[in-house]
Amino acid sequence: MSFELLGEAIIAGVLLGCFYAAVSVGLSVAFGLLDVPQIAHPAFLVLGAYGAYYLGGFGVDPLLAGILLTPVFFVAGLAVYRFYHATFEGRGSDAGLRGLAFFFGVAFIVEVALILIFGVDQRSVEAAYIGKSISLGDVRLPMRMLVAVGVALVLTAGLMFYLSGTFTGRAIKAVAQDQTALALMGADPVRIKQWAFGIATGTCALAGALLIIVTPVEPGLGRLYIGRTFCVAVLAGLGSMPGTLAAGVILGIAESIVLTSLGASWAPAVAFGLLLLVLAIRPAGLFGR
Amino acid sequence: MHTVSRRKRISGIGALGVAAALAFGGFFPEGAHAQPPIRIGLSIAQTGPLSSGGKSGLVALEIWRDDVNARGGLLGRQVELVVYDDQGNPSMTPGIYTKLVDVDKVDLLVAPYGTNPSAPIIPLVKQRDLLLIGNFALDVNSQIRHDKYFNNQPWASAKDGAAPYLALCRKLGAKTIAILAADAEFAQNIAGGIRAGLKDYDLTPVYDQNYPPNTVEFSSMIRAIRAKKPDAVFVASYPSDSTAIIRSVNEIGIGDNVMLFGGGMVGLQYASIMESLGSMLNGVVNYHTWAPEKTMDFPGIRDFLSRYQPRAKQANADSLGFYLPPYNYAVGQILAQAVTATGSLDHKVLAKYLREHEIKTIVGSIRYGPTGEWANPRMIYVQFRGIADKNLDQFRGAGKQVIVAPDAFKTGEVIPFSQSRN
Repeated sequence: MSFELLGEAIIAGVLLGCFYAAVSVGLSVAFGLLDVPQIAHPAFLVLGAYGAYYLGGFGVDPLLAGILLTPVFFVAGLAVYRFYHATFEGRGSDAGLRGLAFFFGVAFIVEVALILIFGVDQRSVEAAYIGKSISLGDVRLPMRMLVAVGVALVLTAGLMFYLSGTFTGRAIKAVAQDQTALALMGADPVRIKQWAFGIATGTCALAGALLIIVTPVEPGLGRLYIGRTFCVAVLAGLGSMPGTLAAGVILGIAESIVLTSLGASWAPAVAFGLLLLVLAIRPAGLFGR
Repeated sequence: MHTVSRRKRISGIGALGVAAALAFGGFFPEGAHAQPPIRIGLSIAQTGPLSSGGKSGLVALEIWRDDVNARGGLLGRQVELVVYDDQGNPSMTPGIYTKLVDVDKVDLLVAPYGTNPSAPIIPLVKQRDLLLIGNFALDVNSQIRHDKYFNNQPWASAKDGAAPYLALCRKLGAKTIAILAADAEFAQNIAGGIRAGLKDYDLTPVYDQNYPPNTVEFSSMIRAIRAKKPDAVFVASYPSDSTAIIRSVNEIGIGDNVMLFGGGMVGLQYASIMESLGSMLNGVVNYHTWAPEKTMDFPGIRDFLSRYQPRAKQANADSLGFYLPPYNYAVGQILAQAVTATGSLDHKVLAKYLREHEIKTIVGSIRYGPTGEWANPRMIYVQFRGIADKNLDQFRGAGKQVIVAPDAFKTGEVIPFSQSRN
């Protein structure tokens, strides 16, 4: 592989990695910080994508649609967590396994609902930055992937600031470490977790809008993202926001180089091989404590 | 009193007559409603990656069922479809077809839509010695050679499918080729047909890669292909991949030396994808099964499409219906002709009839070869030309999907990829 091609592969990998980070950051909160087996996270992403598609029909830009839908998803996240806690989490030690079944069910309901409402055909949106590229010397960069970089940076920086710089954010970090101690401080761990789950679900609106900007969507698309989003969240070190961005970029670069040089068949093996390698050396993940 | 007792007697006799008529099934004309329906069992993807084709295919089969029932059914019996959603998942189809045969006790079987879900049920129907009408499955019976399998697909083997594309490479003077194929049954079969023909057409492969089905971004692969400077690029992909690949080619370019791009891209036949890609499709040469060109005006197909399109809209299915629906309607016609001509539902009798007779359908007349594939296959390749953005209606007319191969159906000469995009 020539240096020129290697350079292009690395740049493409960074763009792809930012996209992976953007769609995984909500899972880092839900699964990484809260220990909730949120396997329906990719289904919510697809729901966000369809939300952007629907609003696109009224002429709303997909990114703006994602921002407008964020509060709606936040409230939906509050409701889903309250139901999950009342029916599964609050009822015993095997909540994890049963929770997994619950979120599988939620993902399935979301998928079927989307099929019933929108049909099974692919849906896409239109915007000035879709289908065009900008040139950086000899390298042409798809503008939709540059949007992914922007969204990833905004989501990561926003969550980092929120989790470190606000009282509720620090409480969310505390609930991840020791729920009992948090309760002794006078905070209600369940309400804190509910709030955090709402935030995690809220990110799905913007990340879902990004998803439909990057690629057309169909109701079953979420299934493809289960492995990849969990891989990024675990590789990052559960609950680390900068770690999620870094893990996404590392995964993106590794995949891009492998796709360009070794061949496409090796890409998933390299991604998950990298995960195993990191976990063997650092079981807590790249940025985990 | 006398009158009353007479009335009673008459009504008593009438009631007895009605009961007797019902009991012996002779009351309704031709017995259409008295006899149990003929049950045709199938699975067809309504969710999952093949659902776009599956949904439109089912709409077409339902139109055929309604047409047949409106004419009084088959052998005087109404026709009923017993349908399951296999999600396009090959691991589900053996269980579904076992249930169709053993529990639902259907009279006739139609295979699932697509190669991947069909392949696992061929051993089952061979073991049970059942008639199976195939539904767009490529090369699934070439090894097992079940003598009661009749596929409804306009190409008989991967080599048939690949041959027109290879001929186009020769026509344009291509010497090198890049092959990019999804790591799944259909894509591998058709890419295999290209690989098998490289030597015959003096083509040197400069890039040959398979990609896993969950690939999201194709920019890196397109860059790698561009770096190899091939004369032709053959892509065998599934709908979401096809869209992503076309977008990547549009964004980062594939190189000015590429004369032919496309080939086996599933999805570029679907209305929603064609509409969303719009002008990005210009110059792409891709396989198809039907296009609104004058050489494809088979008797009945325009009438079918005019009835399909409003129903598809209601069912949220492919709104053009060029790719799969006419062939699914034809699946019903194949069964209907065999059952009507033989007056039988016996699988052995029906298979013998299908082997020996020509079948008239809306996709043309069909004769079957020794492995149950079309004896005269005709995979067409179309080149997208003059496509504008955001306009679905443009695809309904001639001249937008020009048939460039094979010669028998050609409506225009192929134009080099880079030239046709300028």
